[in-house]
Amino acid sequence: MSWLQKLLPPKIQRTGPGMRKTVPEGLWTKCAACDAVLYSTDLEKNLNVCPKCGHHERLGARPRLDALLDADGRFEIGAEVLPVDTLKFKDSRRYTERLGEAQEQTAESDALVVMQGSIKALGVVCAAFEFDFMGGSMGSVVGERFVRGVRVAIEQKLPYVCVTASGGARMQEGLLSLVQMAKTTAALTDLAERRLPFISVLTDPTMGGVSASFAMIGDVVIAEPKALIGFAGPRVIEQTVRQKLPEGFQRAEFLLEKGAIDMIVDRRQLRDKLHGILSLLQGQSADNVA
Amino acid sequence: MKTTFLEFEQPIAELEQRIEELRYVADDSAVDISEEIQRLTKRSQTLTKDIYGKLTPWQVAQVARHAQRPYTLDYVQMLFTHFEELHGDRAFADDASIVGGLARFGNAPCVVIGHQKGRDTKEKILRNFGMPKPEGYRKALRLMKLAEKFSLPVFTFVDTPGAYPGIDAEERGQSEAIGRNLFEMARLRTPIIVSVIGEGGSGGALAIAVGDVVLMLQYATYSVISPEGCASILWRSADQAPEAADVLGITAGRLKTLGLIDKIVPEPLGGAHRDPQATAQALRKALAEALKQLQEKKPKELVEQRLERVMAYGKFKEAAER
Repeated sequence: MSWLQKLLPPKIQRTGPGMRKTVPEGLWTKCAACDAVLYSTDLEKNLNVCPKCGHHERLGARPRLDALLDADGRFEIGAEVLPVDTLKFKDSRRYTERLGEAQEQTAESDALVVMQGSIKALGVVCAAFEFDFMGGSMGSVVGERFVRGVRVAIEQKLPYVCVTASGGARMQEGLLSLVQMAKTTAALTDLAERRLPFISVLTDPTMGGVSASFAMIGDVVIAEPKALIGFAGPRVIEQTVRQKLPEGFQRAEFLLEKGAIDMIVDRRQLRDKLHGILSLLQGQSADNVA
Repeated sequence: MKTTFLEFEQPIAELEQRIEELRYVADDSAVDISEEIQRLTKRSQTLTKDIYGKLTPWQVAQVARHAQRPYTLDYVQMLFTHFEELHGDRAFADDASIVGGLARFGNAPCVVIGHQKGRDTKEKILRNFGMPKPEGYRKALRLMKLAEKFSLPVFTFVDTPGAYPGIDAEERGQSEAIGRNLFEMARLRTPIIVSVIGEGGSGGALAIAVGDVVLMLQYATYSVISPEGCASILWRSADQAPEAADVLGITAGRLKTLGLIDKIVPEPLGGAHRDPQATAQALRKALAEALKQLQEKKPKELVEQRLERVMAYGKFKEAAER
């Protein structure tokens, strides 16, 4: 088990480790929420949303970008930025080992993929977290790639969209990962100065250092249905306050009710929704954006 | 006040107790034992020097959390005059785990903000053990905006186990409150001087710690997660906290090497609580230097340099063009 799996309550752990990876072609999968037996390819075509009950299973960074961006004219940003083990961090295993394993499992070099592209012909820079890479944790590489994405957005006068799925800061980089919170959020002030929109899409889960930095500072903040979103993990809170957490606590619907987010959007409508919102926002500042 | 000794300081504690006993009998003793007292005092100092010369990160964490360690309001009293505490976030409540207000540093009017822990049980509860809720961060931001409006430098003092992990804190947007501070502090058009004086606990610390100069007391800690928290996740047991403290790199020396803090402010032998006045003196000197250096800069230049510095955070390698 990875460190993040240990940290997460059983409910939000990946159902059936590597459901999408280890299951041979053509096999049936069971929906984690309604137990409906589904044809794997159908589920994938449906962006990992259960066609029976609408449960949003996690979606990796690249399928996510595929689902949001137009097929043509995409360029990856910041792929040249790679992780190093500055602290020589070692618990039961070395950080370098964990990195190697995550890289092998996900075929990604770190937990954030950033691309310039377009949503229905509307230019955009879009970043997506890969949760399967060490729990989507934010270290130096995630921070730097995020910032490079912002720089491209500014150069090309494009809006910025970030889809989060992260347990928080990456412990294995110590304080270097904590200050990524300041770095990513400071980058957003550059976007704001130029009146370029930042839209934050929160998916399951968005916690800790990621939620307590740029993720909540979107001009518009969108969440996927039932996504777990918060600062402290439910288990930590339960241990601190020593009482049972209310039903639906820290879920997207709870946040909407408390006024923390703007809307909940079904994954299958997200591309349309983003296009609509970005058109409205950019229409307003048309003279600046040109 | 009688010094409380930590577990690893027990040899010093025993010596000090013997000195105390000798002093007691010295008063009505016919034999002159002042020489013996002097000898033992010297030995106690050497012993302290020895022990403090090779503190492990975990031991440093104990010193940083020492029950007698000076807190923000102690430094406010020792370093500032004319302190006018200001309360509340104007939206929900006044959070006593973050204090702030107007004051003078030397002759200069300024804004002071800091985490505040409590001394006795009653105050500890009032201060929520120095763990702020969203209203605390929002009060801090309100005061920073006030400072910006009237061109006053901001001094922040960091000393928290972390932001409060509670139901109400989540309901009122703990994440947003911290994120908003990071966003606003990045471009605040007035100097921000940060001093980590005790525990720099994760996001709850960072939310008032983005600045132009970051000072750190010699035995303070600053970390992405508490050693106990890290140990219980990675080792599945908080007992491994000393190991976690080692690998996390939480001490001032380590963080200076990593370029994440600017200056280490020396503490008296045995830690800040052994001589709060001396600690405050050392801190005053460092703060005055930092202020002098920053006051010469125009707001635009100040913000540019702050952004440049924050954007440079992180260690990674770059592959050749792909």
